[in-house]
Amino acid sequence: MTQARLFAGARVIDPASGRDEVSDVLVADGVVQAVGRGLEPAGAEVIDLDGALLGPGLVDLHTHLREPGREDEEDIASASAAAAAGGYTALCAMPNTDPVADSAAVVEKVWARGHSVGLVDVIPAGALSRGLRGVEMADLGEMARGRAQVRLFTDDGHGVQDTLFARRAMEYLSGFDGIYAEHCEDASLAGGGQMHEGERSMALGLRGIPAEAEELMAARDIALARLTGCRLHLLHISTAGTVDLVRRAKAEGVVVTAEATPHHFTLTDAALEGYDPNAKVNPPLRTESDRVAVVAGLADGTIDAIATDHAPHAIEEKEVELVLAPPGLVGLETALGLAVTELVDPGHLGWGDLFERMAAAPARILGLSDHGRIAVGRPANLVAIDSQASWTVEPAAFLSRSRNTPFAGRRLRSRVLWTVHDGSVTFAAEPLGAAL
Amino acid sequence: MIEHLLSMDQLSASDITMILDTAESLLEVTHRPIKKLPTLRGRTVCNLFYEASTRTRISFELAAKRLSADVINFSADSKSSVAKGESFKDTAWTLEAMGVDAIIVRHGASGAPHQLAQWVKASVINAGDGRHEHPTQALLDLFSIRRRFKDFEGLEVAIVGDVLNSRVARSNVKGLLEMGASVTLVGPPTLVPKSAAAWGARIVYDLDEVISDVDICYLLRVQKERQAEQLFPSDREYAACWGLDSMRLRRMKPEALVMHPGPLNRGVEISAEASESDRAIILDQVSNGLAVRMSLLYLMLGGKDEWS
Repeated sequence: MTQARLFAGARVIDPASGRDEVSDVLVADGVVQAVGRGLEPAGAEVIDLDGALLGPGLVDLHTHLREPGREDEEDIASASAAAAAGGYTALCAMPNTDPVADSAAVVEKVWARGHSVGLVDVIPAGALSRGLRGVEMADLGEMARGRAQVRLFTDDGHGVQDTLFARRAMEYLSGFDGIYAEHCEDASLAGGGQMHEGERSMALGLRGIPAEAEELMAARDIALARLTGCRLHLLHISTAGTVDLVRRAKAEGVVVTAEATPHHFTLTDAALEGYDPNAKVNPPLRTESDRVAVVAGLADGTIDAIATDHAPHAIEEKEVELVLAPPGLVGLETALGLAVTELVDPGHLGWGDLFERMAAAPARILGLSDHGRIAVGRPANLVAIDSQASWTVEPAAFLSRSRNTPFAGRRLRSRVLWTVHDGSVTFAAEPLGAAL
Repeated sequence: MIEHLLSMDQLSASDITMILDTAESLLEVTHRPIKKLPTLRGRTVCNLFYEASTRTRISFELAAKRLSADVINFSADSKSSVAKGESFKDTAWTLEAMGVDAIIVRHGASGAPHQLAQWVKASVINAGDGRHEHPTQALLDLFSIRRRFKDFEGLEVAIVGDVLNSRVARSNVKGLLEMGASVTLVGPPTLVPKSAAAWGARIVYDLDEVISDVDICYLLRVQKERQAEQLFPSDREYAACWGLDSMRLRRMKPEALVMHPGPLNRGVEISAEASESDRAIILDQVSNGLAVRMSLLYLMLGGKDEWS
């Protein structure tokens, strides 16, 4: 038996079991050995969490690792470290790497690399189409049946434009319970847009992407999910109209889930007023009424999960004219702070809801039985949080290799104290010795 | 005076009036046999042009030289460091390292002057950025209008054409409204989106509805690629619906003027007859540009004491 650790006296929150009470959690041999009050195991290292929160480790449905291909921007080791610092114990790696993760060989390499780094579980998503071109199906079945056991498939970065291809992919995936995940964007309607289309894009002289570019594809995919019975997941939804489409589809019984990002529930297109390339993201930051609708969707469960869409970019690629800058921002190290500041503190979500949206629901969507819950006999994937602390975002201090964030200098509430992956401490706010 | 001129948003009616008044006295200088003033002697002004330009670049160059500044022209073309892959920021820092006092920037990307102003200590003047703004064009247009009409108050101005893609329209609407004029945007809805109503201008789709009421008919250049984007069916249809032809010219009020920022697409937004009529002050706009740009450089750079 390895050194046992007792996480003592925290408010333990586990939406999967409905637990929300002050309790101790004993971890040894990588698994949760006991949960209860007044545990006094002999020889265990005691970590005093009096006044802190302890919940299931966070699970990110949407991370761009950049490995293979752009290791100068991020690699699996740096993203894993950033994820652990952000409170995550698992993440789903988007397939738009170079080469594209459209074959069993590439997804297994990503999976194996994640495993050898060992800070978080790296769950590869597979491409829907070969080379993300939207024409030929990728090796969907081989990726699902291989060692990486891919469950979520997406051409994220752009939407599937061809409706017949979308239909065929959904039908095929439904045969092995694969998830068709869409970046909803009608490319011709989006037409090279740089930001949300509206009064602000008109005033700034930037080409706009209308909300309808997202909503049309979301509506199409919901119709196709109804037709094929395939499980549908809508990535980073950003408009009031899409939130409404998902709400109605769920009421109708369509098997659809959705995620939203911290930047879409925090910022609006006002962030583009100074032409900051770090505020350029796809889908674009929308209007205040869209932002409010996303918050409401997260509050009522229409939106199942909070996902980062962590998208690292090199400084030289972002410090250019806005129109030339690639879209995207890093999010692993700011997601929890933004969620607490924007959703929990103002009362839109309780802490149980927060762990549901950031841990339990994403784990359920990905079929990860070892994440998103605190259960005796199961691997210990945990995060301890000081909910009262606050900190200032300093991009230079990120463990991610990239710095592209529009949140520099922002004050955020709550701090990760400990992240525990398979029973091992993968992040500690203070060195292990100092806490003893 | 302001440090950078990025947008007409920065200028109040009294700022604009000061710029136009100063331009008025500098206009007198341009009629002297010796046209040079010593105000900016020892100052260096750089024209940083990422887009082709004739009138704006030459106008700024001449304005700076008339004020005795040293002028550098940098065109981001095949002969420059930009062709070797130098980034906008590195080009900016290179110019800064050479000690320029002002950078006059023309760029195809909206917002490029805003970014430049964050990177350098020199004063940045926007000489046209993408589809965003062209403030010195608006100032010279206001100057040209003020020389013909005593007061902006009550003046009815129609801005006709590709408002969606026009930096001239954005700057002019702001300047005209700030000075008290009324502005009507005219064109097909594909070129005059509803979201432009937030600017405080009226939107009308039919030029014939307003042509006999306006004091100024300001025509925007219709670029060839707009038709390829299917924003309207053909040049012929555009000219028939929104072009200023001899029929519409005759319906205008006796004292009404025709303006255009150039270069003209004759036969599309403006007929040859309209562009050459007595109402057209298109060449006045060009010559007034010099005085207005001198005024701006004088006020922005001349006021700075280099020893302080």
